[in-house]
This record gives sequence, structure tokens and C-alpha cells, in this order.
Amino acid sequence: MIRQEVLVLYLATSALDAEVIAWSRYDGTGRTKPAAGDGDEPPYETGVAALLDGWRLFQASQLIPPHPGDEYRTSFLKHEFFFEKLTEV
Amino acid sequence: MTSQGPGPERRHLLTSAQMARFVAHGSHRMDAVVPAAMNERAISVFDAGVPHARDGATVDEAYPPGSFVRELLELPEIAGAVHSLVGPDPLIDHHAVHIRHARNGEAQPLHADAIIDTREDAFDVQLMYYPQDVTLDMGGTLSVPGSHLRRINETDTGRYQNVRGQTRLVCPAGTVQFLHHGIWHGGRRNDSDITRYMFKIRFNPTVKQRLLWNTEDLAAPEVLAELRTRFPWYENASGRIEYLNRSRLWAALTGDPAFDLDYWSTRVSNRPQRVLPVR
Repeated sequence: MIRQEVLVLYLATSALDAEVIAWSRYDGTGRTKPAAGDGDEPPYETGVAALLDGWRLFQASQLIPPHPGDEYRTSFLKHEFFFEKLTEV
Repeated sequence: MTSQGPGPERRHLLTSAQMARFVAHGSHRMDAVVPAAMNERAISVFDAGVPHARDGATVDEAYPPGSFVRELLELPEIAGAVHSLVGPDPLIDHHAVHIRHARNGEAQPLHADAIIDTREDAFDVQLMYYPQDVTLDMGGTLSVPGSHLRRINETDTGRYQNVRGQTRLVCPAGTVQFLHHGIWHGGRRNDSDITRYMFKIRFNPTVKQRLLWNTEDLAAPEVLAELRTRFPWYENASGRIEYLNRSRLWAALTGDPAFDLDYWSTRVSNRPQRVLPVR
């Protein structure tokens, strides 16, 4: 059976080769149970480094201009990239 | 902490540099500030339960003289920090004993408490008291320095598991930290054999939060240095906006609407109105 592993990387700019500033893992194989605060070191230094290690990019956040009046608000992390690996279990 | 009396001595108030650090980090930490004798009593007190206080109770109503929590709040360093951050006579929004059982297997999603909060010139603080030594595998509170001014709603940040520069609390017994209401945080998974306790109180201010601390060092260079702190998780662009929002909070806290850290606000608000005659 094939199962999906998901890696989410948040980058310092909208470029895929920018530095990783936050990350999450979700494991469809059930072999690991990633959780909030389970590590201080990012799995890769950049988004491209994840590609080089075999992760496949399947979604990237859009560039959306700020709503008028909200130009100086900060909120969610802006540059979000979803990767997957398909793994035989 | 009562409505009577002169309040904490100046030497127990936070300094301007410490307040600036709070504005930048969204937290103030005091290691081992609670005496060992109180820490030893704390867990039995928390196991017995701290009586419920109504939302918005005064300190006198919530914690009668002689009670454990009142004793905690009357420790000079804690009373000084509370006064500096929210002023005299704060109200008790709520309190809670948080217990992360040994090998509990679950972590809270990263979140901010309550609901999205748009105040720019006022804030609540949450006191978090750790009566035990907290080791890394006990799942001490996860928090993200500098996240408190981002407008998010509760667990909408739950997708983020780890953030570069995050704090995974490891501390000696008797440590207290004060967190800005907006900070992203969560109880981590307890992978140890020791049940972990934390007692939390959220305080609401009842006075304008302006110059409530020891302001002797208000003009010291350390103040601006603290306000310029850049955290490793900030995006290149949004990180600049954080400086602007910090400036606004510092302007509110000091009553100086012209305060602007490194010209960020001045530059983008410059709209000259002087019209020259046509030549």
C-alpha cells in the first residue's frame, strides 16, 4: 500500500530557495507521531533542499496583496509550501 | 496586590529595558523566584484545587489573605512585575491549574488564548508558575517569542508545529513567566515519567498601562536595543512590520505618540502639505 507523508515548510520569502523559518510533519504511514514543539532544528535549511532530498512540492501559498487598511498588520506565516513523499507500507 | 497600600517598592518594579524586552518578546521570565518552601506546598494545593473565581474578580475576592495564591502574588518580585505590566488592582480574568500527565502522549496545538484581540494600547498578561524543575522531556510550555502582536484567532495557528527560535521551557522550580495575551504557545507532550504542573492566572488591567514600571532608565540605549530584537522566524518582509507594531505599543506604554523605532513609521506617514507658489 502507498501512504502519503506530508512536510510543510514556511520560508523567509516567497522564493522556494529561501530559508526555512517554521515546519510541520504529518505522517500517513503511522510510523511517527510528530507534535508541536518536538524539535528546534528545521529538517532542511531551504525549500529547495527538501526537493533535493526527494520531497515533491504540491502546493505553495499565493501572493495576495494586503487588504486596504491592513497593510501594517501581521498574522499567519505567509510563505507556506506543502511537500509530499509517497511511501510503501 | 490589594487596593490599599503604596504598591510595590520601586526596586521590585521592572526596568524600562525589561519592559522593552517584554514589548519585543511578549514575555518576561523570572527563574526560581518562588521560594522552595512554597514550591513544596504547591502541588498538594493544586491537587486539592484552587477555588473558582468569578470572571473579573478582584484579587481580594479571588484569593483571600492567607491563601496560597495570595501568598504567591505578594512575593515582592511578582507583585512588582504585575504592577509594572498591568498596574494596581488588576482583575482576575480566570485562573487554571494545568496538569500534563506523565507519558500523556498529546501536545496542545500552537494557539493564542481567548479570541482574536485587536487592542493596540492595552494588553492582558498571563502569569505562569512552575513549582517543579521542568526538564525538556516533561513538555514545558512551548512559546514563540515575538508572536504576540500577530493577529490570529486561537488555534488557527495549530498547523505550525515548530518555529525557528521557539522557546521550549526548561526551568528550575519556582519559575514564573508572564506572557502577553497574544503570544503563540501550547503545552508540549510530556514524554517523562513525572506529571507536570503549571498554575496560570490571566490579569486584566484597570488603569491605563502607561509608565507603570521603574522609568529611571527610560532613555538608556538598552531600551532601543531590546526593541530592535529580531527573531529568527520572522519573514524578511513581515519582520519589518513587527518593528512598526512594536513602536506603536511602546508609544502607547510611554505616552509618546511620536515615538518611532528607526524611522519606520515616520517615513511612510510623511505627506507634506506645504504648497509652493508656482514659478
